[in-house]
Amino acid sequence: MKQMTYREAVRSALRDALRRDSRVFLMGEDVGRYGGAFAVSLGLLEEFGPERIRDTPLSESTFVGAGIGAALGGMRPIVEIMTVNFSLLALDQILNNAATLRHMSGGQYSVPLVVRMASGGGRQLAAQHSHSLEGWYAHIPGISVLAPATVEDARGMLLAALLEPDPVFIFEHATLYPLEGEIDETAGPVDISNAVVRTQGEDVTLITYGGSLGKTVQAAEQLAKEGIDAEVIDLRTLRPLDTATILSSVAKTHRAVVIDEAWRTGSFAAEISAQIMEGSFDDLDAPVARVCSAEVPMPYAKHLEEAALPRTETIVSTVQGMF
Amino acid sequence: HGHALARGIPMGSLMAEMYGKATGCSRGHGGSMHFFDKPRRFFGGYAIVGGGLPIAVGLALADKLQSRPAVTACFFGDGAVAEGEFHESLNLAALWKLPVLFLCENNLYAMGTALARHQSQTDISFKAQAYGIASDAVDGMDVLAVEAAARRAAELVRESGSPYLLEVRTYRYRAHSMSDPDLYRSKDEIEEWKKRDPIATFETRLRESGLLPDAGQTEIEAIVSDEIEHAVAFAEAGSWEPVEDLMKDVHTPIEPVRSTAFRRKFVAQ
Repeated sequence: MKQMTYREAVRSALRDALRRDSRVFLMGEDVGRYGGAFAVSLGLLEEFGPERIRDTPLSESTFVGAGIGAALGGMRPIVEIMTVNFSLLALDQILNNAATLRHMSGGQYSVPLVVRMASGGGRQLAAQHSHSLEGWYAHIPGISVLAPATVEDARGMLLAALLEPDPVFIFEHATLYPLEGEIDETAGPVDISNAVVRTQGEDVTLITYGGSLGKTVQAAEQLAKEGIDAEVIDLRTLRPLDTATILSSVAKTHRAVVIDEAWRTGSFAAEISAQIMEGSFDDLDAPVARVCSAEVPMPYAKHLEEAALPRTETIVSTVQGMF
Repeated sequence: HGHALARGIPMGSLMAEMYGKATGCSRGHGGSMHFFDKPRRFFGGYAIVGGGLPIAVGLALADKLQSRPAVTACFFGDGAVAEGEFHESLNLAALWKLPVLFLCENNLYAMGTALARHQSQTDISFKAQAYGIASDAVDGMDVLAVEAAARRAAELVRESGSPYLLEVRTYRYRAHSMSDPDLYRSKDEIEEWKKRDPIATFETRLRESGLLPDAGQTEIEAIVSDEIEHAVAFAEAGSWEPVEDLMKDVHTPIEPVRSTAFRRKFVAQ
């Protein structure tokens, strides 16, 4: 076992993948000489050289599309997009090509592409670097959407993504990079088909993923002091969604709150709420509640940004309001 | 469609695809705009104009990284030149020295918008220079000139391992699609271009040089008609994809054994 950060865990997975499989290469903006905008790929250029650690121009659409082409051509590309907001420039390639080619070609071509990107707020980077759009991606059939929330998953989910024959999008909440944890640095891929119960509880189910897991676990700890026994589910994979874990928890607790840093309207939180309504309506003792970001472009000023994002206190008060 | 035929995909398979039949080259999932054929390394079929260029760059990158001596031929129209992906892809292919042959079929209209109404610089081959890419333009109404220019261009890409742009200056007589009323150009203009029809002029040249006797032409026309007839018959006889298979190709089927084996191997290494 070894103590390492989430950032180092992603790097260790990248390094392992690059060492084990000559088809794997990394490309993206500043992944090489700079070491990655979030220092994830620091040192990899020196170890693997510029053919496999490729700095790209600021051409998101084309380097994601080139990733698709390289995957079609037998490689296992890992594409890093600096932030989720930048991924919108590549949305055409993602939706119209990566997600469709398998189906549109009548099953002839698969696209084994892995795309990683930083998402989320909390860093005072304002309205063009801070959003949580993974729910949009989870809308798209043909791709998988992962959101590792722990150091172990940061490594294991990336290794698992590289085994998938179809495109996988990994959303790394940027505030998680310095998160520390102890993991087996030789551990292989983890299961990416299941949600995980991070905290066991009987009274209410708190459903979250990625950057909101820490706040939600904190909220569960505070609620425990008040005698409310909250269960915390870390979704981990938004598509395909592990609905069974959610529904079996709600069958036990009869109450559910979805905590999602994205905006509320038309959100992934709304999807989870709908799934609970469809699958567990008779189990519910209260309407499903949601704690989401305020519907504003992410503000710059620290106090405003904090006010816009889901907070531990909001999660706690929302749960209290259900009893 | 011509590209798929030229690549050797059987006409029946293409016709069946246009009918939406499971016997089509994309099992009826792609239709007229999305032909694919893996055995012939035919990679689509992209209906978002310009969307295929980055993929061509990636295919060439995969060839280069795996030391395969292949050339990726990437076809697009003059409309694609206005897309950011055209510029990004030319830049990346040149920057990374990738063997892509960019072939712009400039038919003067992006659907209904004339070249001069969407491009500040209407010489498309000239644009390649901005990216350090060698380029040429050829009269697309001259079959032999196109053949020679394309052959030369492919050889240059093969020798240099670097991209090349060939602009083929041509014209489209018919409307863009069945829903296009063709209101944006004059009938005279179309008739003017028809005088330089590449098939008719090529025929004349062959006849004048004695390479195409009457009997030969009749035979060719009969072969073509026959092929079309067979293609239509093949398409009409083809089966439909069962509705039960609607979701089949959204994801690639995974054998659970594979990932377990990989996991074991991974831990063992």
